[in-house]
Amino acid sequence: MSILVNRNTRLLVQGITGQSGAFHARGCMEYGTNVVAGVTPGKGKQSFDGKVPIYDTVSEARKQTGSNATMIFVPAPFAADAILEAADAGIELIVCITEGIPVMDMMRVKEVLRTSKSRLIGPNCPGIITPGECKIGIMPGYIHKRGNVGVISRSGTLTYEAVWQLTQRGYGQSTCIGVGGDPIHGTSHLDAVKMFAEDAETKALILIGEIGGSGEEEAAVWIKTNLKKPVCAFIAGATAPPGRRMGHAGAIVAGSSGTAAAKIEAMKAAGIAVAETPATIAETLIKVFKN
Amino acid sequence: MNIHEYQAKELFQRFGVASPKGLPADTPEEAEKVATDLKTSHLVVKAQIHAGGRGKGVFKNGLKGGVRLCSSPAEARELAQNMLGHFLVTNQTGPDGRLVRKVMVAESVEIQREVYFAILMDRETGVPVVVVSTEGGVDIETVAEKSPDKIYREKVPPLLGMQPYMALKLARQLEFSGDQLKAAAKLIQNVYKLFSTLDCSLVEINPLVVTKSGEVLALDAKFEFDDNALYRHPEIVAMRDENEEDPREVEASKFSLNYIGLDGDIACLVNGAGLAMATMDIIKYAGGRPANFLDVGGGASEEQVTEAFKILISDKNVKAILVNIFGGIMRCDVIAQGIINAVRAVTLPVPLVVRLEGTNVDQGKKLLTESKLPIRAAADLAEAAKLVVAAARGA
Ligand SMILES: Nc1ncnc2c1ncn2[C@@H]1O[C@H](COP(=O)(O)OP(=O)(O)O)[C@@H](O)[C@H]1O
Ligand SMILES: [Mg+2]
Repeated sequence: MSILVNRNTRLLVQGITGQSGAFHARGCMEYGTNVVAGVTPGKGKQSFDGKVPIYDTVSEARKQTGSNATMIFVPAPFAADAILEAADAGIELIVCITEGIPVMDMMRVKEVLRTSKSRLIGPNCPGIITPGECKIGIMPGYIHKRGNVGVISRSGTLTYEAVWQLTQRGYGQSTCIGVGGDPIHGTSHLDAVKMFAEDAETKALILIGEIGGSGEEEAAVWIKTNLKKPVCAFIAGATAPPGRRMGHAGAIVAGSSGTAAAKIEAMKAAGIAVAETPATIAETLIKVFKN
Repeated sequence: MNIHEYQAKELFQRFGVASPKGLPADTPEEAEKVATDLKTSHLVVKAQIHAGGRGKGVFKNGLKGGVRLCSSPAEARELAQNMLGHFLVTNQTGPDGRLVRKVMVAESVEIQREVYFAILMDRETGVPVVVVSTEGGVDIETVAEKSPDKIYREKVPPLLGMQPYMALKLARQLEFSGDQLKAAAKLIQNVYKLFSTLDCSLVEINPLVVTKSGEVLALDAKFEFDDNALYRHPEIVAMRDENEEDPREVEASKFSLNYIGLDGDIACLVNGAGLAMATMDIIKYAGGRPANFLDVGGGASEEQVTEAFKILISDKNVKAILVNIFGGIMRCDVIAQGIINAVRAVTLPVPLVVRLEGTNVDQGKKLLTESKLPIRAAADLAEAAKLVVAAARGA
């Protein structure tokens, strides 16, 4: 098992003919992801690399190919609309990679998704991968290895760092999910933790957080009373100056809220092993995993 | 992005939010002229900086207060003279203060009551939240600490926006009544319209006042705009004041580099925001002090890396540089070549430690060694941090 994506995932790519859309669609296909359709308005009836049919709209693509997940590479000004289109077409899993979507647009999307059956991952995220089965996103596939550790993170390269540490030490991953660096996003740390809790294959969890918001704290509170699996966390941004946005739109300490110290405190209070540095994430997990 | 109070006033006018008449001035002469044109003996001169707490601030030249009342154009001129070109220190500027390059001369009003009003985008709930308090004119943080019961918050449904009844309810919460109730509700609706139309993440009016003659006016304004939405608001972008920003950050933004200056002595260059923060953290953990945050992104070009190095070494505090790259989609050999070319282009005055990991890492490391440049290669992140801290100490 795994969460959300596996070899039965039939992926659609919105923005498949754009530069990064095309590049990463190929990357996913090479990894073995079943890419069944692309969507670019005006390019319907064409084919992507002679392998994947392109449609003008998501609903047509869904009808013709039965796709149940989408990866969005549409430019920021149009990305919110692309998410809404996917939700309207009934796509179960929407993974939005696009960075820089206006917050006001995401606010409306979030409101619509509250009553929709679709789940959104991201935006501004590396995507989701179930090693050996399905990769949806921009992460380098080869650093992953199949196994029992679930990985949840807001950022891209920091996740690769943790995953690589695990893989090198022989610990594989069930699913790795990047929830994204934006202040308003679809799936939260807590949502992901709950799904991993239910997944029999996942025996331990790595939770990577950063300053800003309270997603990590919410997850910690739930973990404390509900999760029996060992968890290791790392929180980035202890040295970030307050009031400044650290690259990610959501990574900001506002007043006294969203500090790394508070998050680490919440993790420790929940009995979670906290890695002191980004270099010791896997080591810290392995220690609690073995016990 | 932030703007000045005088610019906020322009936006208030556009959206029908009542505020006292006033205009900016760059020189004492101009301040005098603005004051004369206002045709009143009730005047106020306000220093324009991107920081609050001006009223209680002190200038380094001794002048007390960045918000000063006066009663004649000649006085306005003199106050402007003492503010312009001087540093104003407030509880939000840090000890160095901010250089005042503009003042605003406005009509002063007789205040009967000051309240607090703000709209902000609340990330926890993903909806706009209005925050009001009858305790105006003081820091909301102070109110939150001393009398949290005096703060009232109300969510705005995102798809509906601010409905008239909500504005009325909020105005009542602020204890408005009679004619003022309608005026206040109107103002609240218009501020919300401004907030959503211009993609603000914060509009704070502190204080919102009732004057002795019964008017409801926004006396001060702090705006924050969503950077992601600036592409659709060129008129807001035009209000950007680069003087209020760190020059290194202004330079970095020209090359789409995500740079934030700090006050340590170990510079770092990293791909990815999360890893960049984590790199600063591990520098600190190893006993050093990071000089900056710098995320060059996933697909940085050689030109960007070169410019990034230039910005890093323009900081005279910097004693060593750490490059930390996790090459995923970007191959390490390509990255290494970029670093080599960039280092050749700028001739680094300080030691450089490079840690590469990921795709084609061996070819990347080989290129660095063969380049014969004084680059110290680190095997992993922990070693990289140790090496760079030692290098900064002259080891
Ligand atoms: N136009 C004005 N007329 C009368 N008093 C004013 C005026 N503008 C500001 N003040 C007074 O000065 C105080 C501080 O000004 P404000 O604009 O809020 O600056 P800051 O928040 O930076 O201190 C206000 O709380 C108000 O009492
Ligand atoms: Mg004020």
